[in-house]
Amino acid sequence: MADAMPAPVVRAEDVAVRFTGRDATVNAVNGVSFTLDPGEVLCILGESGSGKSVTLRALMRLLPPRRAQLEGRIEIGGRNVLEMSGRALADLRGTEVGMIFQEPMVAFDPVYTVGRQIAETVIRHEGVSREEARRRAIDLLDRVRIPSPERRLRAYPHELSGGMRQRAMIALALCCNPSLLLADEPTTALDATVQIQILLLLRELQRELGMAVIFVTHDVGVAVEIADRIAVMYGGRFVETGPVREIMGNPRHPYTQGLLASTVHASSRGKALEAIPGSPPDMTQLPPGCAFAPRCRFAEPRCEAPPPEFQLTPQHMVRCIRAE
Amino acid sequence: MSPAADRAGGGGPLLEVRELRKYFPVHGGILNRTVAWVQAVDDIDLAVLPGEVLGIVGESGCGKSTTARLLMHLIRADAGRIDFDGEPVHPDDAAGLRELRRQMQMVFQDSYSSLNPRLPIEDTIMFGPKVHGVSSAEARERARELFSLVGLDPAQFIRRYPHELSGGQRQRVNIARALALEPRLLILDEAVSALDKSVEAQVLNLLLTLRRELGLTYIFISHDLNVVQYMSDRVLVMYLGKVVEIGPTTEIYRRMQHPYTEALLSAMPSMDPDRRTETPPLVGDPPNPIDPPPGCRFHTRCRFAEDVCRRAEPRLGPAAGQDMAGGADHLVACHMRVAGSGHSQAAA
Repeated sequence: MADAMPAPVVRAEDVAVRFTGRDATVNAVNGVSFTLDPGEVLCILGESGSGKSVTLRALMRLLPPRRAQLEGRIEIGGRNVLEMSGRALADLRGTEVGMIFQEPMVAFDPVYTVGRQIAETVIRHEGVSREEARRRAIDLLDRVRIPSPERRLRAYPHELSGGMRQRAMIALALCCNPSLLLADEPTTALDATVQIQILLLLRELQRELGMAVIFVTHDVGVAVEIADRIAVMYGGRFVETGPVREIMGNPRHPYTQGLLASTVHASSRGKALEAIPGSPPDMTQLPPGCAFAPRCRFAEPRCEAPPPEFQLTPQHMVRCIRAE
Repeated sequence: MSPAADRAGGGGPLLEVRELRKYFPVHGGILNRTVAWVQAVDDIDLAVLPGEVLGIVGESGCGKSTTARLLMHLIRADAGRIDFDGEPVHPDDAAGLRELRRQMQMVFQDSYSSLNPRLPIEDTIMFGPKVHGVSSAEARERARELFSLVGLDPAQFIRRYPHELSGGQRQRVNIARALALEPRLLILDEAVSALDKSVEAQVLNLLLTLRRELGLTYIFISHDLNVVQYMSDRVLVMYLGKVVEIGPTTEIYRRMQHPYTEALLSAMPSMDPDRRTETPPLVGDPPNPIDPPPGCRFHTRCRFAEDVCRRAEPRLGPAAGQDMAGGADHLVACHMRVAGSGHSQAAA
């Protein structure tokens, strides 16, 4: 790390996503900028409707092109994603970038076996022989700790249990050694004892393969288990970003503070929870200034203007005038 | 609005359940015959004391939601006995069931599906009282009181439709709907699980305030162990249709005795970046509740499993350091905790 800075895997500048519908325009993402270094794990933490999943999908241009307007600049591996042709994009997805979702049945075609789908993907991207692809598939299932992988190759997605399906999807996402893994709440639908297994597996694979990861979650505990860096999202903006220890130990944005205080943990028993009043903003009618101001107990007239970013340390950014 | 007085009196349980059982048939084959049974709830016993919050935890398929539906008589039990306020409830006694459902109400996870989308929420809340013979004017008056009680301004909200509310507001309406009949017991089945954390805290605070002000009793079902710890006086842990451990919240969270409870608790993500989880407490997924393992149902995933665990089913008994005669309130179903069970870790 001491010598020349490595080129970032992802560079996003002022990314904005608007969904236009018949009666309303949803401003889902409103100017997100960040860079992600090789091998770094960034968690985007936010509540429903904060724009976290849309941001992730925007990076891969997975949003419906007719309804979603995408602005800003996105570079992955130094290449401009917004200018890529369909073919180049298809090559990027799968070779350089793998993606996993909350619901593994989205990633798999229900009418083909798991083994066939993994092998097809390897053949499509690397042009190896069918026999070689099969060997790779076995190797991948083994790597994600699926017991008796040869037998599982012949299983259809619905024949696997929830945790196994999630593992198989991770295998599919990793089959071409991506340098970037995009994960959209991959453990949210799982039971507690399975969720922790998948989180530890992802952490281990990330270390082994040196991948950069962007992990979207609404769960503070999950973020703490996996992140190097956390970006807290609210109203379509990153309101605070910083190393996981900074965010947990020294949160500076009132929303981050409120989110941590309202998350129930072992020592909350017997005390009233410090809930954030009100509800998350309506993304069709965002205020021009700070989106959190209507719920913020520190709000003042200056919050009606868009809040600037304050760099508390080179790593810790907060978008709140109180950080001045 | 105060709940009816305790008929049973003398500190008896408000709700008592013995050997409750529900198996669901699995159909298959060309004749669509029953080929297997899901043992969703298998001979469970539990008691809920007046004024307490009993938490029920467990993973998907453990039978916690089926238990809730059995208690409400939304589905029919195969066997077992349910006493409410000291009186047995008969599943064929329609008038008795109607009275039971007045005293016992349920709030579900999906705030949307339990409200009629075509009715203003006021009408939904008035519906229950009107069915139970309250006049329209009185029901309307009560609806307004309930809106204020759950923190929604009646003037602003009462004529709205469910789709015009946020998730947290809808769940407040559901709580108001459940309270409209002045029940004594509320079953909250994952009632805050679909809410965002910042809103979840508001609803949890509301539930605890209502409990204090109205003297309510809750059965609080959740997969979130932090929330259950926060809410409950006692906690019941289920695994594949069985109760594996039950006791006061602090006992369960600090001195748990069942290996499954221990695994479940250590599977909670850490909130401290310097103390991340290093090894998963369990390997693999929970087994299918169709034809569950014989003996102790947890033996296939338990690192302490021995021969006796595969052979014999452990019964729920007093945890170590407690004895039945002393009115043990911490019970566990594990061969390691039964003297002379044949497990090498059990006392002789």
